[in-house]
Amino acid sequence: MIKVNHIWKSFDRQTVLKDISVEFEKGKTNLIIGQSGSGKTVLLKSIVGLLDIDKGEIKYDNIVYNKLNFRKKKEIRKKIGMLFQGSALFDSSTVEENVIYPLDMFTNMSYKEKRERADFCLNRVNILNANHLYPSEISGGMKKRVAIARAIVLNPEYLFCDEPDSGLDPITTLRINNLIKEITDEFNTITIVNTHDMNSVMEFGEKIVFIHMGQKWWEGTNKDILHTDNEKLNDFVFANHMAKRLKQIK
Amino acid sequence: MQFFYHFGKYFILLTKVFSKPEKSKIYYNQTLKELISLGVNSIGIVIIISAFTGAVITLQTAYNTENPFYPMYLIGLMARDTIILEFSSTMVGLILAGKIGSNIASEIGTMRITEQIDALEIMGVNSASYLILPKIIASVLFNPLLTMISIVIGVFGGWIAGTATGVVSSEDYIYGIQFAFIPFYVTYALIKAVFYAFIITSVSSYYGYFVRGGALEVGRSSTKAVVYSCILILLCDVILTQLLLS
Repeated sequence: MIKVNHIWKSFDRQTVLKDISVEFEKGKTNLIIGQSGSGKTVLLKSIVGLLDIDKGEIKYDNIVYNKLNFRKKKEIRKKIGMLFQGSALFDSSTVEENVIYPLDMFTNMSYKEKRERADFCLNRVNILNANHLYPSEISGGMKKRVAIARAIVLNPEYLFCDEPDSGLDPITTLRINNLIKEITDEFNTITIVNTHDMNSVMEFGEKIVFIHMGQKWWEGTNKDILHTDNEKLNDFVFANHMAKRLKQIK
Repeated sequence: MQFFYHFGKYFILLTKVFSKPEKSKIYYNQTLKELISLGVNSIGIVIIISAFTGAVITLQTAYNTENPFYPMYLIGLMARDTIILEFSSTMVGLILAGKIGSNIASEIGTMRITEQIDALEIMGVNSASYLILPKIIASVLFNPLLTMISIVIGVFGGWIAGTATGVVSSEDYIYGIQFAFIPFYVTYALIKAVFYAFIITSVSSYYGYFVRGGALEVGRSSTKAVVYSCILILLCDVILTQLLLS
């Protein structure tokens, strides 16, 4: 379980996260939703330790992660897989080299074993015959899938996805979302996804945390969201006419 | 205040860079790649610049010492000492600061803004050490070799220019480059090359590693990396000259 206790984060006197507390459970797809600039990415980056928080604590299975030194943090980070908004693939390496990289760094597998594992992960995300292509030679959706393959290559316990659907068409978004859900079930990971895509929220939001102006405004499931009377959340989720009508029908 | 801020941040980065590597074999392979990228790929430009500068130094010396009281071999001697003492170490250092420094700062800076460095950190890799240490080692190992190449080519370029234009005879030039030779000057040039290599790679890496923003900022950090590397090379030149030749 990942526990976030009363965390605060500010940049140049501007407070971005204000007293946020939330728990994320194993085997569930946890979504962090909110408008652009609400603090979602800062929250996610604080949880993984890319940003240092000002106050509060972040616990990974009862270990206070934000108080650990670099060496101890590294041990937990080896159990983390992360999908970045822009995929963050190493652009001078091929698709296969990108996926093999964590194996090179942290295992003593033979080259053959590493290739087999990379092939398995790439097949798992439906990337076929692209092993020798460079990231610049593949589409945005493929990049995301390669990034997922790289994130799962070491069998992570924690999977973080920062806006996995940004810049993708609805069908590819659905594919990526399904893939994240399947991987969460298959690997029994704690998955935390930052998104503002409402299809994702409705489809696979087993736990949803709504962030508004740096504060946790609401917490619940995709079923609860249809019945909530939280004004800010309703304004965000049911922003367009079609969604508003759907809410009225429900 | 800004100076102390950057100075402190630079040294904190260096402590991260010189921490124990995760997997020595990976670092070894990276260092070999950097030897080619930063070292071997710089041989061409060093040869071209050294040949022409050696030629110019010889011609300038010849035209500025047209005096019957000066022996002709003085041209060879002056060319040799200028090339060894300043040109092949400091001038080549400045040129490499432009070539290698901008390359390093833009490479690491692009990795920073495209979140590739964050991806490394999340995997549990010490990104500073993984990205910067192989560059420093490769450059510190290869820069002295580039200096040696530059000395040889510079002196050779001077000989070609001097004899081709007739400002000095081949015998006088060759006698001059052997006359009153102090071997320590070569050691001095190589010591300087090692220091310059460290300055170029570490300062450029620093500017690339902490870049924030987009393509424009990467460009700016690349320019800053070159400018500050050059300033520090010249400052280091003064200090080392005083320490080693006084």
